[in-house]
Amino acid sequence: MALLELKNVYKIYGDLHALDDVSLKIDVGEWVAIMGPSGSGKSTVMNIIGCMDKPTRGEVLLDGVDIANESSRGLTDIRRDKIGLIFQQFHLINYLTALENVMVAQYYHSMPDEKEALEALERVGLADRAKHLPSQLSGGEQQRVCVARALINHPELILADEPTGNLDESNEKIVLDLFRQLHDEGTTLIVVTHDAEVGAAAERVITLEYGKVTSEDGDTSFGKVARRDVV
Amino acid sequence: MKRSTMYFRMITASIARRRSRMLVALLAVTVGATILAGLVMVYYDMPRQMGEQFLAYGANMILVPNGDSEGMTEDEVQEAIGAIGGVESDISYCYESATINDAPIIITGCDLDKTYATSPYWQIEGALPSKPGEILVGLEQAQFFSLHVGDTVSIAYLPPDATAATAGVNLNGAVEGKVFQGFTVSGILDTGGSEENYFFMSDKDMEALIGRSLTYDVTELRINADADELQADVEKIEANVPGVSPQLVKRITESQTTVLSKLSALVLLVTVITLALIMITVATTMTAVVTERRREIGLRKALGASDGSIMFEFMGEGLLIGFIGGLLGSFLGFGFAYLVSTNVFNSTITFLPALIPVTIIVALAVTALACILPVRNATKVDPALVLKGE
Repeated sequence: MALLELKNVYKIYGDLHALDDVSLKIDVGEWVAIMGPSGSGKSTVMNIIGCMDKPTRGEVLLDGVDIANESSRGLTDIRRDKIGLIFQQFHLINYLTALENVMVAQYYHSMPDEKEALEALERVGLADRAKHLPSQLSGGEQQRVCVARALINHPELILADEPTGNLDESNEKIVLDLFRQLHDEGTTLIVVTHDAEVGAAAERVITLEYGKVTSEDGDTSFGKVARRDVV
Repeated sequence: MKRSTMYFRMITASIARRRSRMLVALLAVTVGATILAGLVMVYYDMPRQMGEQFLAYGANMILVPNGDSEGMTEDEVQEAIGAIGGVESDISYCYESATINDAPIIITGCDLDKTYATSPYWQIEGALPSKPGEILVGLEQAQFFSLHVGDTVSIAYLPPDATAATAGVNLNGAVEGKVFQGFTVSGILDTGGSEENYFFMSDKDMEALIGRSLTYDVTELRINADADELQADVEKIEANVPGVSPQLVKRITESQTTVLSKLSALVLLVTVITLALIMITVATTMTAVVTERRREIGLRKALGASDGSIMFEFMGEGLLIGFIGGLLGSFLGFGFAYLVSTNVFNSTITFLPALIPVTIIVALAVTALACILPVRNATKVDPALVLKGE
């Protein structure tokens, strides 16, 4: 069953086609990596899937709802209720502790629950760092707090933007292990990355180039779309 | 945990853990609230303070006998005082003509301690009369009669009913029937004014000399009231005490009204400028805060915060600063008012408990107003910017 479906999606900025007739389908429980070189449209896809932007044309069905027709408030509701976001730069609130950062996501979603937030931190191996401020945590630890925050509301979809981009090898492994656990539990994961190793960990790799899907089969080599094909 | 608990946890953490930036706003609100509360306290207390100051300039109302009446009795004076309120001091004077070695003088009977207490410009060489038979002599008269402290002088008083026909005239042409009494000069009075032409004695000595109860020629009243209230008091006395004619000392009442209105205008001006300065500082700080925290706002929106939530949180921070600043300012304002009062007016000031909530409400209102624009700007932040690595 498809959780997310993009049908003939375009995103056009003036003369630039950031997304050019993109169609793809992601099933519930799938772990998909979206890869591509810089300027391929990865961020644009991420923004649209993450309900932070709307396509110029086309349909984006998330759990059966076309987000292209949603108002700004509707997109906020979908983001809050269905999506967990993980960022390359972690984006923790610097004056809140690790625990409070996790609870912020609960606060906007429903009801803050300290015990549950602590369990989420425990799950990412940071229960003992709950009272630490982000500045007192290493990059890997911050990213794990970010993961805990993303999964605290049990979202249908976890969307990660270059989640290991700022991590060393050992922390990258920890984060990928966490993704594996989430995947095993049936969580749908979409990871935008240009890291082949992160891509290889996914079940399926969708490759974008110049705003077009060039591969959906795990072929991570780029260069299938000639520059002249781009409008 | 309740959402409200988490809300307060977030806004207090934002202020407590980001001290440097928020301290600027807090300082601005506190200083503003201090000046505001202090000025209001001084302003509120100013009529009393000014009243005390103007007390030094003398009475602002005098009572004189009405029409043909020879003088006012003590009862009439008290009746007039009872008809109005706010009389801070009353001194009645009885003037009589007398002679020293046949040279005419004017003797004044009054409560000398009271007169001295309300006449700070009186300079006395020696002391006030403290015993029966002592007299205070005006400087002019002391020089004229070559009187010094400790000298004795014989004062002759001719009762109004003693005439040349009844009492006879002696060889020197002096009227017989005079009452002579010796007095000791306890002090010489130097005022630079008309008082230097009089001899002052206590009410009791005066009664003993003239041989009857005193009736007063003038009663000086110092009333703590503005010009309109004084005018109303005049009408009350005129209506209730026919033997007494009240008159305003316009030089004093009008000066007081003028000074008060000018000071009030000054206080109002400073208050308005202070409020404007608080608004500018808080608005500038909040704008800087919003700019600095664009990424955080984007993140919150990405996590599902509505525009209303973002406004509520930033406004909450602003209002918390307003509340703390207002609370601190209301107490510091008392200190400020106390300093102004002791240094400028030379008197203490009364703390107004009602000023605490008033200062807090004003600080909250000004802070809220200053936050509106920056907070609205905060809602315009695009959540997608957190993905762009900005």
